[in-house]
Amino acid sequence: MKSPPDYDSIPGTYVYDARRGREGYALNMFCMSLNKPENRRSFKADEGAYLDGFALNPQQRRAVLERDWLGMLKVGGNIYYTIKIAFCDGLTFQDVAGMMSGVSKETYAQMMLAGGRSAEGNRYKAEGKEEEHG
Amino acid sequence: MARIVAGVACSHVPAIGVAMDKGTTGTAYWQPLFQGYEPARRWLAELAPDVAIVVYNDHASAFSLEIIPTFLIGVADRYPIADEGFGPRPVPAVIGHPGLAWHIAESLILDEFDMTIANAMPVDHGLTVPLSVTCGQPAAWPFPVIPLCVNVVQYPPPTGARCFKLGEAIARAVASFDEDLRVVIYGTGGMSHQLQGERAGLINRQFDLAFLDGMTRDPLALTQITHTEYMREAGSEAVELVMWHVMRGALGGEVAEVYRHYHVPASNTAAGLLILENRGAV
Repeated sequence: MKSPPDYDSIPGTYVYDARRGREGYALNMFCMSLNKPENRRSFKADEGAYLDGFALNPQQRRAVLERDWLGMLKVGGNIYYTIKIAFCDGLTFQDVAGMMSGVSKETYAQMMLAGGRSAEGNRYKAEGKEEEHG
Repeated sequence: MARIVAGVACSHVPAIGVAMDKGTTGTAYWQPLFQGYEPARRWLAELAPDVAIVVYNDHASAFSLEIIPTFLIGVADRYPIADEGFGPRPVPAVIGHPGLAWHIAESLILDEFDMTIANAMPVDHGLTVPLSVTCGQPAAWPFPVIPLCVNVVQYPPPTGARCFKLGEAIARAVASFDEDLRVVIYGTGGMSHQLQGERAGLINRQFDLAFLDGMTRDPLALTQITHTEYMREAGSEAVELVMWHVMRGALGGEVAEVYRHYHVPASNTAAGLLILENRGAV
């Protein structure tokens, strides 16, 4: 058995590696389709019908329909792809970053203005205060 | 003969492009960032290079997960602006330099860098934002551009050491082109940022400042930073900094830092800008 990669010890981080590449291909290719304006219109007009055209698994489909941004990463989403759904919704990268980290838009914006999230205490999962992620 | 006269390292945060496109660069939020770009624009206008090689990564714009080139060079006459999901940026199309680009492609491949060659592709914010940062908002970009894409979206990207060696090979390729051209090379992306997960928003100023210093003091030491170290120390998307090593490798041993600007935040990111002049070039 191959041992888990060392980056698995980074908290709250979903590295888009071979494991996630295999799991997330269809989900991310759906996101890629949103680069075309006519596809964005079709998706917004009937999200369920549009998703039928892609081989998403039930967890991926739920995460997209519920706009569960963090959940999408956990089922193979790549942030550079899933963000296209957010653009479709008129959201910004910073809006989504705040939602993924579980704080309000204002709290997140203030954190960034104050210099961002510190690396101190955030390098290893063992340093985490409550739950483990990633 | 052609020569690489300078290198520019520049973050390519999409929100920087949006601020310029929407005319909000003068707001309290953006003004300190954009003020720091002015000296770089004056420097570049004075340098007036004949061609720019822009090392950047595509963000699910020209390339999807269907085909993932690790290193790619564009040889087209012209590159349209990509629709990344919210319409193309209102900036001029990018004009290529197929003569030099094809020469570099052939030279790199024979020099054992197995490049993918692109005859047609749109370019996204990874390429256009550094042009906007350093050129402002001209009706046409002031020089032709050779796009050189590095995969950093699907793990693993090429190592920093490999990127540096690619830069060295680019310098050899440029030096063997018989037209007298002054070339500037951009390394884009970074600096510290994490766009994903519960840890989004991570910034490591100390890491970034040491990286900026190291580009002149000891660039080879920087090439030994592992992907995990970039991600752990400076955020998962900070691994884009490997692209700075391509630029640095292309400059050779003797460089002088002529300008730097570092600002937090630009959206989720620490924005860095570094200008290095090649003092070893003939």
